[in-house]
Amino acid sequence: MDDICAHITDVVANSVSAGAKKVFIFLEKSTIKNALHLKITDNGKGMDEETAKKVVDPFFSTKTGRKVGLGIPLLKGTAETCGGYFNLKSALGEGTEIDVFFTLDHPDLPPIGNLKDTILILTVSNPEVDFLFNIKNDVINFIFDTEEIKGLLDGVPINSPEVIKFLTNYLDEHLNFI
Amino acid sequence: MKLEDLKKIREQASKDMELRQKQARVKIVVGMGTSGIAAGARDVLKALLDEIAARNLTDVMVTQTGEKGLASHEPMIEVHEEGKDVVIYGNIDADKARKIIAEHIVNHNPVSEYVIEVK
Repeated sequence: MDDICAHITDVVANSVSAGAKKVFIFLEKSTIKNALHLKITDNGKGMDEETAKKVVDPFFSTKTGRKVGLGIPLLKGTAETCGGYFNLKSALGEGTEIDVFFTLDHPDLPPIGNLKDTILILTVSNPEVDFLFNIKNDVINFIFDTEEIKGLLDGVPINSPEVIKFLTNYLDEHLNFI
Repeated sequence: MKLEDLKKIREQASKDMELRQKQARVKIVVGMGTSGIAAGARDVLKALLDEIAARNLTDVMVTQTGEKGLASHEPMIEVHEEGKDVVIYGNIDADKARKIIAEHIVNHNPVSEYVIEVK
C-alpha cells in the first residue's frame, strides 16, 4: 500500500463486497489547513458495533479461509503515524463511513498516487455501483458523479470502449491540480 | 472537454449497444483484494482498460473481485469465455495483461506461460 490511492481502492473494494450501490469519496488536500482529508461513505450492508471495532485489528477478517485482514489497519496506522486520525462509523443495514486525516507536511505521508487511473478503474470495473468523487484543494473543487455520467449516456454502458476513452481524456484534462 | 460531450458518444453508439453489453463474449475479472492491490492490480486493470479502448473491444468486460486466497500469485486475472473453461493467470503485470488481450482475447490463443489454473 504505497500510496493513498491504493488505500482508496482497497476501501472501495470492501464497500463493493458489502453490497454498496453508492459510494461517496471525498479527498481534500489543503495547504492552508496543512491537511489531507479522506472520507469514504457507502450504503453497503454495514457492520455491527463489535465487528466495526474488530476491523481495525490486523488479526481480524470476515473472509473465510483467511484470518488476517490488513487493509484497514494499514490505513489507520499510516494516519496515526502522520499525526492524524482514523475513524470508522458503521450501522448494520445502513452503511459504513471512514474518516481519515493526515498532516500534509508529515515526512511519512505517502504520495497521493494516480487519482485519474484510480477513478477510472473503480468506476468502469464496477458499472453497477454509483460513485461520487469530490476532489479538492484550496482553490479547485472537482466533482465526478457517475450518476450524472450514466444519465448523459442514457443506456450506453459506462464500460464501453468509447466511454473508457472519453473518461480517460476527461480525467486527464480536469484532474491535474492534486 | 465537457461531460456534455458524452451525448455525442451516445448518439454515435449503435442502437444495439445495450444488447452487445449483455452478450459480452468475454469477462475478465481482476483480483482487487488488499494483496492484489499491493502487488500491482491497479496497473493491470488500467492496462486492460487501455487495450479495450484502443482496440475498441465492444464484447469484452472487465470487473473486479476480492481476495482469492492465492496471495503469492497476485495480481491475478480470470478470463471467462462463453462455453469455455475459465483460465486463471497469475503474477500478471501491465505488459503481460496487454499480451493476454492481444493473444488470448483477440487471437484466441491463451498465453500458457502465465496460466496458473484452468477450471
